[in-house]
Amino acid sequence: MAYALQQLINGVTLGMIYGLIAVGYTMVYGIIGMINFAHGDVFMVGAFLSLISLVALSALGISSVPLALAITLILAAAIAGLYGWTIERVAYRPLRGSFRLAPLISAIGMSIVLQNFVQVSQGARAKPMPALIPGGWTLMRGEGGFAVQLSWMQIAVVVTTLVILAGFTWLVTRTPLGRAMRACEQDLKMASLLGIATDRTISLTFVIGAMLAAVAGLMFLLYYGVIDFFIGFIAGVKAFTAAVLGGVGSLPGAVLGGLAIGLIETFWSAYFSVQYKDVAAFSILVLVLIFMPTGLLGRADVEKV
Amino acid sequence: MTALLSLRGVTAFYGAIQALKGVDLDVNEGEIVTLIGANGAGKSTLMMTICGNPRARDGQILYDGADISALPTHLIMRRAIAQSPEGRRIFPRMSVYENLLMGAHGRSAAEAEETMEQVFALFPRMKERATQRGGTLSGGEQQMLAIGRALMSRPRLLLLDEPSLGLAPLVVRQIFSAIRDLNRSTGLTVLLVEQNAFQALRLAHRGYVLVNGAITMAGTGPDLLARPEIRAAYLEGGH
Ligand SMILES: Nc1ncnc2c1ncn2[C@@H]1O[C@H](COP(=O)(O)OP(=O)(O)OP(=O)(O)O)[C@@H](O)[C@H]1O
Ligand SMILES: [Mg+2]
Repeated sequence: MAYALQQLINGVTLGMIYGLIAVGYTMVYGIIGMINFAHGDVFMVGAFLSLISLVALSALGISSVPLALAITLILAAAIAGLYGWTIERVAYRPLRGSFRLAPLISAIGMSIVLQNFVQVSQGARAKPMPALIPGGWTLMRGEGGFAVQLSWMQIAVVVTTLVILAGFTWLVTRTPLGRAMRACEQDLKMASLLGIATDRTISLTFVIGAMLAAVAGLMFLLYYGVIDFFIGFIAGVKAFTAAVLGGVGSLPGAVLGGLAIGLIETFWSAYFSVQYKDVAAFSILVLVLIFMPTGLLGRADVEKV
Repeated sequence: MTALLSLRGVTAFYGAIQALKGVDLDVNEGEIVTLIGANGAGKSTLMMTICGNPRARDGQILYDGADISALPTHLIMRRAIAQSPEGRRIFPRMSVYENLLMGAHGRSAAEAEETMEQVFALFPRMKERATQRGGTLSGGEQQMLAIGRALMSRPRLLLLDEPSLGLAPLVVRQIFSAIRDLNRSTGLTVLLVEQNAFQALRLAHRGYVLVNGAITMAGTGPDLLARPEIRAAYLEGGH
């Protein structure tokens, strides 16, 4: 019981991170019907940007952890947003209106470029980071003295993610920009007939998705304390699975799917096998695609692929 | 009268297929002009080409004295041109209220609310359905919403592509009389594509006939209504 509760806490924390990344996949798919394979690598870049920023800030003598984290969050999100904007501009926009697979191939190329760029500039070895927020709460002690821990780190990850997602939801549902994004997602041609700058809206979608991925990158760095240039691939596939599971195109679905994948992965590792934890996510992807292609909250009409 | 919109030798293509073959057409300020023609004649293409999608390959599209044929669609539409397009194109997962707000994109919330009241006065049904999702409206309600959404930008030039499609005769009359009222009270200029040639020609000041991507006849409403070839081709049994 205590052990399961601990897994639940861990799973939710991990799921939040996947959910943040999944939102980016689902947004881009919704608006231009393509799978942005480089998105996981933007997440990885976001994690590296966060690490660099944290190291630089501590070198500058900023010792307040909340301040350093806040600055890092903003910095990483801003620079990752620039990455997202650039990727769309150079790799996808010129191919719009081209044959269906062209942007997908371009996305895979972009993903390799980003991985190699980070591998060359930051080194191939895993980069560790000391825990920034040590300690936590012991919620309860179960049988055999097993202590259920809720670390400050987990609270920070979950709370930050919830705040960011709440802000994002507000943006999408309540603001003119969010309405324009949804209009483009539902009917790009009609949106332009209403005076919406559709190209700019698509760019902004990439920027926002990349910023959310960078936040996820920071959370990942804090949570695991170690990153390398390859984390984007694995986390990307899992987040993509989350997006498919939730129903591609659905924003609440992406978060829900992320939570589901985080929980499944955690429980799988806890009760079956840690070595095969990634297999769990991939198996789910295959099963969902076969038996439930529209996902949990998906719509029947998104068969754009 | 000055022409608000003038097309001069406009051509448009879908890939290798030529859909418009040198169209000349004028719409004067304050006029209702109708465009009639058989299925596939290029009426919807003409409406979309005015809005820059597809773009005119040759010729000029002069609006308010300036050539707009090279502008991107969204910048054309920001010049107080609005279109209620073929197929209505309601945003299916937005409420009626949000669909209308989209029509007022770029205008202040206060202006949007004010115009929305006018649209509700025109189509009271839209007010009753304000929170319903666009995709679940009936065909006629969607048509009202499409026209209402186009009016939300307070256009000078309104392009209506088959507003009567799929509507009951009573609703068609309502919509046509709404167009006439708007034209009389606000001087709204309208370019109207219609299958229902008889009613359209009675409503419009002038009309054009489009055949195979080219204008073959033009004249005042009564003039065109009286021509035997028009009666034969577009009016037989079509009241
Ligand atoms: N997206 C497209 N791609 C290729 N051809 C097209 C496209 N849209 C229209 N066409 C072709 O262009 C021609 C004109 O079509 P258009 O839709 O303008 O006709 P229309 O006069 O509006 O007809 P209707 O009364 O049926 O609405 C037709 O032959 C049509 O098949
Ligand atoms: Mg048509």
